[in-house]
Amino acid sequence: MRYLPLTPSDRQAMLGVIGAKSIDDLFADVPAEAQLDGPIHGLPNHASEMAVERHFSNLARQNMTASHTPFFLGAGAYKHHVPASVDHIIQRGEFLTAYTPYQPEIAQGTLQMLFEFQTQVARLFGCDVANASMYDGSTACWEAIGMAGRITKRTKAVLSSGLHPHYVSVAKTMAQYTGDTLDTALPELSPATDSTRLLNAIDGETSCVVVQYPDILGRIEDLSAIAAKAHEHGALLIAVVTEPVALGVIKAPGDMGADIVVGEGQSLGVGLQFGGPYVGLFACKEKFVRQMPGRLCGETVDAEGKRGFVLTLSTREQHIRREKATSNICTNSGLCALAFSIHLTLLGEKGLRGLAELNHGLAVQAADRLSQIAGVELVNDTFFNEFTLKLTKEARPVVRALADRKVLGGVSLGRLYPDVDALANGLVVAVTEVATMEDVETFAAALQEVLA
Amino acid sequence: MSTINQSGWKPEMGSAGETGPATYTGNKALMLEEALIFEIGTTETTGVDLADAPKVTPRLGNLARHLDIGLPGLSEPETVRHYTRLSRQNYAIDLGFFPLGSCTMKHNPRLNEKVARMEGFADVHPLQPVETVQGALAVINELAVWLIKLTGMHGVAMTPKAGAHGELCGILAIKAALEARGDPRSVILVPESAHGTNPATAAFAGYAVENIPATSEGRVDLAALKARLGPDVAGVMITNPNTCGLFERDMKAISDAVHAAGGYVYCDGANFNAIVGRVRPGDLGIDAMHINLHKTFSTPHGGGGPGSGPVVLSEALSPFGPIPFTERHADGRYTLVEEETASAGHPHSFGRMVAFHGQMGMFTRALSYIMSHGADGLRQVAEDAVLNANYILRSLEDVLDAPFAHSGPCMHEALFSDNGLAEGFSTLDIAKGLIDEGYHPMTVYFPLVVHGAMLIEPTETESKATLDQFIGAMRSVVQRAKAGDPMLKSAPHHAPRRRLDETQAARKPVLVWREPEQAVSAE
Repeated sequence: MRYLPLTPSDRQAMLGVIGAKSIDDLFADVPAEAQLDGPIHGLPNHASEMAVERHFSNLARQNMTASHTPFFLGAGAYKHHVPASVDHIIQRGEFLTAYTPYQPEIAQGTLQMLFEFQTQVARLFGCDVANASMYDGSTACWEAIGMAGRITKRTKAVLSSGLHPHYVSVAKTMAQYTGDTLDTALPELSPATDSTRLLNAIDGETSCVVVQYPDILGRIEDLSAIAAKAHEHGALLIAVVTEPVALGVIKAPGDMGADIVVGEGQSLGVGLQFGGPYVGLFACKEKFVRQMPGRLCGETVDAEGKRGFVLTLSTREQHIRREKATSNICTNSGLCALAFSIHLTLLGEKGLRGLAELNHGLAVQAADRLSQIAGVELVNDTFFNEFTLKLTKEARPVVRALADRKVLGGVSLGRLYPDVDALANGLVVAVTEVATMEDVETFAAALQEVLA
Repeated sequence: MSTINQSGWKPEMGSAGETGPATYTGNKALMLEEALIFEIGTTETTGVDLADAPKVTPRLGNLARHLDIGLPGLSEPETVRHYTRLSRQNYAIDLGFFPLGSCTMKHNPRLNEKVARMEGFADVHPLQPVETVQGALAVINELAVWLIKLTGMHGVAMTPKAGAHGELCGILAIKAALEARGDPRSVILVPESAHGTNPATAAFAGYAVENIPATSEGRVDLAALKARLGPDVAGVMITNPNTCGLFERDMKAISDAVHAAGGYVYCDGANFNAIVGRVRPGDLGIDAMHINLHKTFSTPHGGGGPGSGPVVLSEALSPFGPIPFTERHADGRYTLVEEETASAGHPHSFGRMVAFHGQMGMFTRALSYIMSHGADGLRQVAEDAVLNANYILRSLEDVLDAPFAHSGPCMHEALFSDNGLAEGFSTLDIAKGLIDEGYHPMTVYFPLVVHGAMLIEPTETESKATLDQFIGAMRSVVQRAKAGDPMLKSAPHHAPRRRLDETQAARKPVLVWREPEQAVSAE
């Protein structure tokens, strides 16, 4: 077995030092009836590297990949070009095979990277501080709702109908058990969001308002009025960003008054990976820092006065506070945070703005082209790199028919909101820098054919 | 026995070390200082070449971002150098022995990295039509089958993102099952030696948490547990093998007692590495257990994640598990049970825990590891892990206090206390001394039930030669701690940084970089 260094004679010698006759002696505390007498039946034995690789290669070939197909899916996970150096750096063993930096003297690489990541996220979101990452956007969103409850000591959260339905589902799952009440609604296929509903719902019982920006249909709107109304009633505004590239061209939620901004960082550095692992982003105003979930990296000095970094404010966390912790999170998304940070460092402000402008320009062109097709109507007045089309047919079978024609043509609202007739004809289309105008033409031709 | 080299390599004892002259850069040859990106980058610099954006009329409403964001960029060579220099300030499994108890820092096979990066897995969107992702669903399903068979359980929830998220999954399944039978309960019992995530999880799910006492030999006190069980107890959370490194001999009796009282048994599977392939938790009456793929199944820790925490479930709890999950049909096709189909086929599910379908990138890696070992190799993993830990326990118990050494063999980790060190010396000093010796320290001050705990988990991927050298180093450091060596008190001396001031970090938190105040210049 190629991963096991002990030889039979090592094992014999070690048993001698221990004073055991056989390995079975070391399992003496396991009741006999619970011990298996040999390898579990019905499972294969060990396999060579080549055999394992071949198995995966065969399975991988059964999937239609984004790079080899005109590709327009988004809805919370976006295909962007990831520079080669990102994957090279995250595969360095010193990053890949390190643990959580609990021994700071020999983990300054991870810690400095996290400090840089926190600063990048805070600036991108227009917030004072950010943490060292969460699992993903959906769990970061739930944690933000919980944090708002702790700060306001209230339990009613008002969720925008434009919030990703998976994020809403996660929040609903958790609310069943925590006593929070969620005021939710389904989106409508219209250019206007439900901000009027949100403004009317905010009252003295509200802990927070949760708004996705850009929202699930791709629409963007100024959050300032919602922030002002929330603050007037002692509630917080939580903004959710599932496409951080957008913030290269549109205002940061923090600059419009959001108190907590969370997001999905997958767009930068991480890749699609069939949904995970991704990286949750979590930022807020400095005054709320002691109610934040998750790890925080902070600057300090060592015994010789040199600058260094440590995990800090850990009295919020489970390993110190146990049942009184702000969250149960332990392992987060460190390596994905590194990938995010490297990609954003490569881009810099100039590159991020350029990338965002490129995405927006291509999306505008694609929206104009696709909405020329008979039976296709563009829902959005505003969008960044993702917009919603209203078709004359149910969108879910259309997406399957497009896949048959080797086009991955967006996410149907039927997939996201099953059994909601009013949304069944909605198709959410994302256009990033990886799409060429040729791809758009291929998509348009296939869509025209399917709708005919 | 091979005769290539029977004496092995014996390191020369190092000299006391001279610091040498100060350098202009602060660097010490290969030990290189590195500034922050905010200090070396500019907002004008970029390491990415992009096509020009098409000229269009923007559809951004009135929301264009005009303010500076403040994000520095670096060219590609500067970027590669920056992160490479940072990486060299990290300890890692690839560099050396990393015996962190309860964390299972085993070798991370590179085959896993290779298969996870195959385009068919890495470049696939989670919401593609299921017809276009049959290979990805097959991976999830194959891993699920392995996990079920290795644990002897009924079902598995694949979506939890890490161990603590898996704990939450298990506790929510228990809560849902109790509510479904109209018997909501309010208390979860947790041993004092448990990971902090256990009480935090139970509290997160709205339960009151009460401690289960331990016996003097470091195991759950069965009599005390039985006495506490009652109609208010929803369940217990037991770690087995426990965090003292011992197998809970009475596990079946614990499960039976909890079930008889109407509760459920959650097992923290962080320590599954000790028993994989030799013991199936399902045979011990467990109802739910998370499996840290980043521990037992070798997916890399990545400096703190990502992890993955699938939860195996008993027949009683399976109907309440989360969506989505994969289903294999008779014709070999795979489908996903998501919100719409769940209401018909899986009506008791407690719902969704996360967007999309879980940590696919970790599933490929874990399955690659599992297939590489097979049923026979995984059994050998547990045996070698336990053998290595006992070798360390018996090689150090004469110099270090091992509070439970007489409770029987340890499992995959050996626990020591700091009793017997010189006045003023503690576990922390031993940990920092080990850093100078070129090791990552063991887990310190956990579990809380032992004074100055040192929890050493070698894992099965370490050779006897590595263990022998570590044992030698550990004995040396312990002798220095017993002799009151002041140089140990100020260790580490050879790391990129000396001891860091954690008190200052917490008192005045500096969590983001800010431009320094403009220095007043007399020029």
